[in-house]
Amino acid sequence: MKLIIAVIKPFKLDEVRQALADAGVRGITVTEVRGVGRQRGHTELYRGAEYTVDFLPKLKLEIAVSDDLVERTVEAIIDAAHTGAVGDGKIFIQPLQRMVRIRTGELDDDAL
Amino acid sequence: MTLRNISIRRAVLALPMMTGSFLLAGDCIAQVSSAASAPQVDKGDVAWMLTSTLLVLLMAVPGLALFYGGMVRARNVLSVLTQVISVFSLLTLAWIVYGYSLAFSGDGAWLGNFDKLFLRGVGIDSLAATFSDGVALPEYVFVAFQATFAGITGALIVGAFAERAKFAAVLLAVAIWFTFGYLPIAHMVWAGGGFLFEKGALDFAGGAVVHINAGVAGLVGAHFVGKRLGHGQNALKPHDIPLTFLGASLLWVGWFGFNSGSNLEANAGAALAFLNTLAASAAAVLGWALTEKLTKGKVSALGAASGAVAGLVGITPAAGLVGPLGAVVIGLVAGIACVWGVTGLKRLLGVDDAADVFGVHAVGGIVGALLTGVFHAPALGGTGPADFDLLGQLGVQALSVALTIVWIGIVAAIAFAIAGRLVGLRVDENAEREGLDITAHGESAYG
Repeated sequence: MKLIIAVIKPFKLDEVRQALADAGVRGITVTEVRGVGRQRGHTELYRGAEYTVDFLPKLKLEIAVSDDLVERTVEAIIDAAHTGAVGDGKIFIQPLQRMVRIRTGELDDDAL
Repeated sequence: MTLRNISIRRAVLALPMMTGSFLLAGDCIAQVSSAASAPQVDKGDVAWMLTSTLLVLLMAVPGLALFYGGMVRARNVLSVLTQVISVFSLLTLAWIVYGYSLAFSGDGAWLGNFDKLFLRGVGIDSLAATFSDGVALPEYVFVAFQATFAGITGALIVGAFAERAKFAAVLLAVAIWFTFGYLPIAHMVWAGGGFLFEKGALDFAGGAVVHINAGVAGLVGAHFVGKRLGHGQNALKPHDIPLTFLGASLLWVGWFGFNSGSNLEANAGAALAFLNTLAASAAAVLGWALTEKLTKGKVSALGAASGAVAGLVGITPAAGLVGPLGAVVIGLVAGIACVWGVTGLKRLLGVDDAADVFGVHAVGGIVGALLTGVFHAPALGGTGPADFDLLGQLGVQALSVALTIVWIGIVAAIAFAIAGRLVGLRVDENAEREGLDITAHGESAYG
């Protein structure tokens, strides 16, 4: 099992959601986050006060998948979230030790 | 019906049908008093003036409260709302107890007298004069209308030192400023015998009395309270510009009561003030927006909303005294000048005026006060007399501006110094970091 964490541009969520569904992924957790990377921030001006905003809004997706689904999941995210511009985001893949479905108590792959 | 007292608010009658005649307050009182028939109260005037009074209340609460509230950070929005509504209420009470008497009873040069303390002698039959012979308002109407002016002027000040001033200090300093600053200026400008009134200063709805006054008091207060933590380093951004936009919109609507109501009668003069208010604010929105576009590259929502307020401030002293085209020019100039007020001038002054009370209200008020002396000229479409002395009037207008700035500057400095001594002006650093909503008021705005 792997935990795939993807940080994407917020407006790409619907396309990524569809692509993941097509790839057979059933569960996604989405969090609104802010981050700073290679993409440059912007300047905001309120009357006389000028502020540089480095942290840009992104969405963080957390997806738990079985090992055989990892490649398809990653490809689906890349295809759907890609625009070619700086700031498309990142995908992090981590080993996932244990999983439990709260309703039934099922464990690991059965809980997916 | 007995005529106990007549209060007159402006030096000059500016109604179109009276072109060519300067009618000073003394003459007016004499004429009304000696008139064979008692002055009549017009139900239409009463209805319009009560409506106007409500509109000024709408400007303060919720208009001004939301306008300022959106401009501060989310952790301080409730403190701003609380300060605005509390200051407005405090000054309304003070107005009834002694403010009305000191502003409008008696004909001293600098201040009224105590004859109407606790509204003594003001009753269901007592009258206040309007600008037309033989037409009066119930004095209760005038007392209520003017109460809202005192209230909103005090409420305007709190935006300057928002996000770090101690609540008790705000109330105390504003009470001192009201007594020794607002009341003398209101008397000097609007009451018969007042120094600027007798000089012929024109201030239709309160450019000096309300806006220059509040702007200067706010600047002095912000200087005394000191800059917000992180000023110049951290982003002290407005937390909710739609809230500010909503507040500006309510101010805009309410301002028609403020300016057009200052005509005291529901007639052509009120209509002129109404149209001028509309024209100047529209011109100022575009003036501010264009200036932003040319200097910063983008037109902002905060800027457009601020432009409307700047134009409304600018036209306030001129509302019933200039023609619609004069109003457009005043609005445009106010819109442009106030962009400078909140940028270049603000940097020059080096004071952390959080909601730009000085940059918008004092700067717009000064522009309006001076240009009233120009566009009142009949040759420029104004309602002034045929022999209008433009340069002379401009000098009187400049005098009223200078006197207001100096008087209020001194009174506000003393007020904030006293408040600082007695209760301390500023919350401690931890409270400021956590936000005044929780630490001063025990609430949080958003969950």
